[in-house]
Order: sequence, then C-alpha cells, then structure tokens
Amino acid sequence: MAQAAVEHHGGGSEHETTTGLPNTKLAMWLFLASDCLFFGALISTYVLYRGRGIEGPFPHDVFDIPYTSVSSFVLLGSSLTMVLALAAAQKRDFGRMRIWLLATALLGMTFVGGQVYEFTAFHREGLSLDGNLFGSTFFLLTGFHGAHVVIGILMLLSLVSFSYADKLPEDASFPVEMVGLYWHFVDIVWIVIFTVVYLIPTKPPALPGG
Amino acid sequence: MASVSVPSERARGVLRRPTAVTGFWSWFTTIDHKKIGILYGATALMFFLIGGVEALLIRVQLFQPDGKLLTASQYSEVFTMHAITMIFLVVMPLSAAFFNYLMPLMIGARDVAFPRLNAFSYWLFLSGGLFLYSSWFLGGAPNGGWFGYAPNSTTDPTPGMTFYAIGLLLTGIASTAGAVNLAVTVLNMRAPGMSLFRMPAFVWMGLVVQLRLAFSLPIITVALAEMLFDRRFGTHFFDPAAGGDPILWQHLFWLFGHPEVYILILPAFGIISEILPVFSRKPLFGYQFVVFSGIAIGFIGFGVWAHHMFAVGLGPVANTAFGITTAIIAVPTGVKIFNWMATMYKGDLRFTTAMLFAIGTVMNFVVGGLSGVTHAVVPSDYQQTDTYYIVAHFHYVLFGGAILGLFGGLYYWWPKIFGRLLNERAGKINFWLMVIGLNLTFGPMHILGLQGMIRRTFTYPESLGLTFWNEVATVGAFMIAFGVLVFVVNAVASFRHAKDAGADPWDGRTIEWSIPSPPPIYNFEEIPTVHALDDFWHRKYAEDKSGRLVPVQAGGSADAGEHHVDGHGIHLPGPSYFPLIAAAGFPLIGYGIMYHWWMAFVGAVVVLVGIFGWALEPSAE
Repeated sequence: MAQAAVEHHGGGSEHETTTGLPNTKLAMWLFLASDCLFFGALISTYVLYRGRGIEGPFPHDVFDIPYTSVSSFVLLGSSLTMVLALAAAQKRDFGRMRIWLLATALLGMTFVGGQVYEFTAFHREGLSLDGNLFGSTFFLLTGFHGAHVVIGILMLLSLVSFSYADKLPEDASFPVEMVGLYWHFVDIVWIVIFTVVYLIPTKPPALPGG
Repeated sequence: MASVSVPSERARGVLRRPTAVTGFWSWFTTIDHKKIGILYGATALMFFLIGGVEALLIRVQLFQPDGKLLTASQYSEVFTMHAITMIFLVVMPLSAAFFNYLMPLMIGARDVAFPRLNAFSYWLFLSGGLFLYSSWFLGGAPNGGWFGYAPNSTTDPTPGMTFYAIGLLLTGIASTAGAVNLAVTVLNMRAPGMSLFRMPAFVWMGLVVQLRLAFSLPIITVALAEMLFDRRFGTHFFDPAAGGDPILWQHLFWLFGHPEVYILILPAFGIISEILPVFSRKPLFGYQFVVFSGIAIGFIGFGVWAHHMFAVGLGPVANTAFGITTAIIAVPTGVKIFNWMATMYKGDLRFTTAMLFAIGTVMNFVVGGLSGVTHAVVPSDYQQTDTYYIVAHFHYVLFGGAILGLFGGLYYWWPKIFGRLLNERAGKINFWLMVIGLNLTFGPMHILGLQGMIRRTFTYPESLGLTFWNEVATVGAFMIAFGVLVFVVNAVASFRHAKDAGADPWDGRTIEWSIPSPPPIYNFEEIPTVHALDDFWHRKYAEDKSGRLVPVQAGGSADAGEHHVDGHGIHLPGPSYFPLIAAAGFPLIGYGIMYHWWMAFVGAVVVLVGIFGWALEPSAE
C-alpha cells in the first residue's frame, strides 16, 4: 500500500484529484455543458417558431435594436470587470476584488433593469406571454436568460459579503473563478440570443397557416 | 466494531450542527454516500410496491372484457402513474442507489465528490415523488401518459398534468445534480492506479449514465417548462391555433425520452457485468468491448429519438434515417450479449440467486431487444405502433432487463450493504416466480398486439376475442406480485440474522469486497493502490504455469475487519440539515405555481436559507 495515498484526506479535498482539476471546477464545466443543452432547446424552440406566429405584434413591431445593443454591451462589459476581479483575487488584493465584483454585479443589474424596462415597453405595445406565439417564445427564452443573470448577481453579491465577513476560503480566487466561469457562460449565451432573436430579421408570415 | 472519529460539534447560529451518525435522526442529516444509497433504495422499493399495485389494478381491469373496476378516466390516471412511478421513482432511483453506494467503493474513494449535494439530490427526488403522488388528493393524478403528448396534456382541464410537469421538473433537477456529482466522483476521485480501464464495468456504465442524464435532462426541462407555461400562463408553445406545433413536444420529449431508455437499462447492464464474471470464476469476456459498446450506446442513443414518431408523418427520409440508426444501435447491444455469454462459456458456474437474475436479465432482454429491432423496420412499426406489441416490447426491456438486473444487484450486494446474506432458497423462489410471471404477463401481449389490441384502452368487448391472453397476462402479473412479496419477506427476515456474511461471501473480484461488510463509514482504512482490472481477484489468486488459479498466500481475502481498524485521523465531512432544508423549499414553489404565489415566495425563501446555510457551513469542523 502506498503510504503517500493514505495521508491526504479522503472525501472532497480540492487537491490531488485524478484529473488534476479541482472537483468543483470539473462539476462547473459539466453543469455548463448541461446548461448548453438547456439553452439549446430553448433557442431551438424560438428558431423553429420564428415567423410562424399568426397574430402580431411581430418582432419588427417592437424591437428597439439600438437600445438592446447598449444593454448587451453593458452585459459584455461585465465580463471584463469579472476578469479584473479574478486578477485582483489572485493577487490577494481583496479590496480591489470586491470593487470589481460589485462593478460586475452593478453592470449585471443594469442589464436586468434594462430587460425589465424593455419587457414593460413591449407589454405596452401589446406583446405579452399569453398574447401570441412570438410573445411566448420571446419571453420564455429571454426570461430564462434573465433568471440566469439574476442568479449570477446573487452569487456575486454573496461573494462580496462573504469576503467582508471573512467567510471566503484561504484561496479566495477559487470561488471567484467559479462564479466567473458561470458569469462568462451567461454572457456568451446572450451573444447567441441577441444575434438570433434581435439581429437576424424575421419576416411576418405572408399567409397565416399557409 | 470500528470507532469513528466524528467531527466535534460546535453550536452555530440557529441550527446546531448535527453530529449523530447513527440513530433515526441521522438519516435526515446524513451525507454519507452509503446511507444516501440505502435511502434511495428503500424509497425506490416503496414506490415499486405502489407502482406494482397500480399495475395490478390495470391487469384486474383488463382480466375480463368490459371490466368495471376502473372508469376510463381512472384508468388513464392509473396507467400514467404506473409508468411515471416505475420510470422516474423506481428504476432511476434504484439505479442511483447502486451508483451512490457502490461507485465510491469500487473506485477506492471515501465518499462522492460533493456529499451534501448528494443528500440534496436524494431529498429533492423524494420531494418530487411525494409532489407527484399528492396529485391523487388534490384533484386528480396525471392522466396523459408518461410521454404527456400535447395538446392533450396542455388542454386537459384536471390539474394532473400540471403535477406531472412540476413533479418531473423537481426529480429532473435532482437527477441533474446527482449526475454531475457522480460523474465528477468517477472522473476525479479514483484511488491511485485506478485508471479508467481498470474501473469495473459497472462504474463505466455508471459514468455513461450520468453523462447521458446531464445532457438529456435539460431538454425535458425546457419541454416541461413550456408545457407548464402553456397550462398555467396561457402561452402557445403547443397550441396549433396560434401557430404552435404539438410535434415539437414530441421531438423534445423523445430527445430526452430515448436517451432515458438507455439510462434505465445501462445500470442493469453494469450490474450483470459484475455478477456474471464472479459466478463464472472468469474475467468479463472482452471488457473493453463491453465498455466501448456502452459508450457507443451512449452516443448513438441520442440519434434515434424519432423512431418513436414513425407514425407521425415526418416523411420517408426522416423515417428511413431513424430506422437505420435504430438498427445500428442494436449492434453494440448485441456485442454485450455475446460478451456475457462468452463470459459464462466454460466457466465454473455457481447458480446463486444473483447469477440466476443475471442470466434471466440477458435472456429476457434479448426477447425485448429483438422485438425492438422489428420496430426499426418502419412499415412493420406502422402495424405495431400504439398496440400491445409495443407494451410487450418495452416491458421485456424494462422489466425483463432493468428490473431483473437490479434485483440481481440486490441479491449480489445485499451482504456487502447490510452484512447479511439473503436466503438463497427464498431468492430462487422469488426469481422463478418473477421470470415465469413476466413471461406469462408480457409474452401474450405480443399476440394481443398483433391481434390489434390497442394500448391504453381501458376495456375491450368480448367479440374481439382478446379475453384468453388477457386472462393469462393477469395471472402472470399476480405471479410477479407474489415474487416481489417473497423478496420483501426475504429482505425483512435477513435482518433477524447476525451480521455474518463476511467481507467477501461470493469470492468477488472488485475492491468493494476487500473491506468489511457493512463497510465502515470511511470505507477504506487505507486508500488502496490498484494494480489491475479486477484488482481484488489478483490479490487473492495467481496463475501457475499451466494457467490454473492458485490462491496467493496471505492474499487480500482475509476479512479486513479483523485487524486493527479505528479510523482515527480520517476526516469526513460532517452531517448537515441544509440539503434537506434546501430541497424542502422546491415543492413549495411547485404548489405556489399551482395555487398561490405566496407559497412560491415562502418556498424560494426556504431554498435560499438552505443554500446560504450550506455555503457558510464548513464541510467539517
């Protein structure tokens, strides 16, 4: 029996794994791969139903591309602040880390706030979840993405408050890196959604049911 | 026996950290993969009895023409709940029980990668199961079949299919969390020397199943969310009047549903790949072929879903393509069958109950597999679809394959898990009742199907001439029920014996047999170093020049429990309330979606309390 193998703790220790990757990181990658299928199915639904709605309002009736471009830019910018937070955490500069985490959360909240405003505006123009097919597919897809962003914001704010309360583990950069993986994933998904939903134009159906 | 170093307690906030590792309450806070495995198994067997009673109700109703036991709508509820129960609340959790209990033992780990997440998965699965069953008391059980085809499922006025959507979402989240957890465990927590191709075939099948779960469950999650929104919030995903398409539900459902079929059968394949070599005293024939054909099934299984939809009208090109992929997936499955037969060939066979169940699995699965190949022929499938021929097919696969295999696993690993052997004589009665019963029940259904008896019909007139084989099927169903009853008695009676099974009652090959039965809480006093496939066997036996087995002097076969075991210095994560709390919030959210928003709000608060308590709780103190 190799004595060396006995020394380290059995259970969920983050070092000395078989693959060399920490358990949590491997789990995060697997979860994100699984989440790809989740958004894959949602986006497929949207694409399959594109232009098949019978009643309006249709996408071109409600979309305000410049407005959504700005909020998309805000969300993408939050990936930069997330990277800066991780860099600060790795340098053990926890003050700066908290600032960048807060900045990331604020940018995320700006995006979600923008989405709430956009949803309200669309609703005023007659687009609703139960109104027509476009509304159903649009609100479900962007709504689930928005929920992902909200969960990300909660995790970012938790990191900040855990850091203040000195509850983060010795290597604080590790949880920051994990939340960062999730955050970047949610940003990347938005690039796909923004392209598919907003940028690729949808023609209204010429003949309903035809 | 062993005294275990339990993490010292410390008062913390409102909830004191639980410390007990034995006794009634310890089951609610345990994060030990072995106890969670037992919880999964006990819960699954409970649901197996309930699902079995539903099956008997179906068979009594169909025993005679114009049966009066159930009304048409009650019959729809019963067959739907029978299917949901057997698939999501029996075969999946019973497989999860084996994976949870055995995979860490077989790879030489002390627990899974995320013990508290593991507990959370179990409690959420239980919540989902109870949520589904609460529908009987809250306005009607799901009644649209386990496949829940739209628009029937989205427009039905009773609340049943809403329970279906939310209940399956809950068990789906539980399974996804469990799948990620167990996949990471297998990939990352193997003992030194346990390379991927030294892992037991069961662990390989476990890994394939977890990855399939992780990649197929998100698809049904989306489909169920769309169904739920259609039912509760008036969306139009499956509403043709607004341009929606019910066929999309079928695609999304079977994109999950067909991988799910292999999720149900691969655990049994893994189990019999362990049992057959042990009771043939030969290594698994073509281990690599078994592993690679399992992986091949894993991949190809994602490309056959539309063979459930041949009669939908997808067109000849799609039907041909899916007919071909369906025929192709029979190849790796057939490879396994031949591997198992070759494992037994010229072996030193011991016909224990576990062995009988393993052989029974192979034989009955072949029947189901062959009738499955007949479905790959599209014109033939047009005749068979929605008839009892299909019912016969998937019961041979799922009962003759999955359930028999899982029962074999119960007989095989029971002494490891509880330290007590099950009675072999009763076990053999159990086996023969179940095997003869299943062939009497499901064999005649081939004939009934070809005679044109449609599925899901709650009754049939005498003039159709279907009475005789229906009567035979009902008699068979009661034989199965008696077989299960024998098992229950056997299981209960086993606890009246002393724990005298010993560490290695079957002369096993894999390293879980090298530790005491039942295993100590920390599993391995010393993490073993693995040198070969079937490592424990090679520790016990060597070959002489003529290739005969000779026992190794002072090999690993001595009961590991006999020498000094104290477990001091092994740090294990402590028990926790928080997984249970977090899981308990989810069904409240479900009821909130159905009844009042404040319930969902309370549920969300409970979930958050659970998660934050969990995040702030050190894994051990």
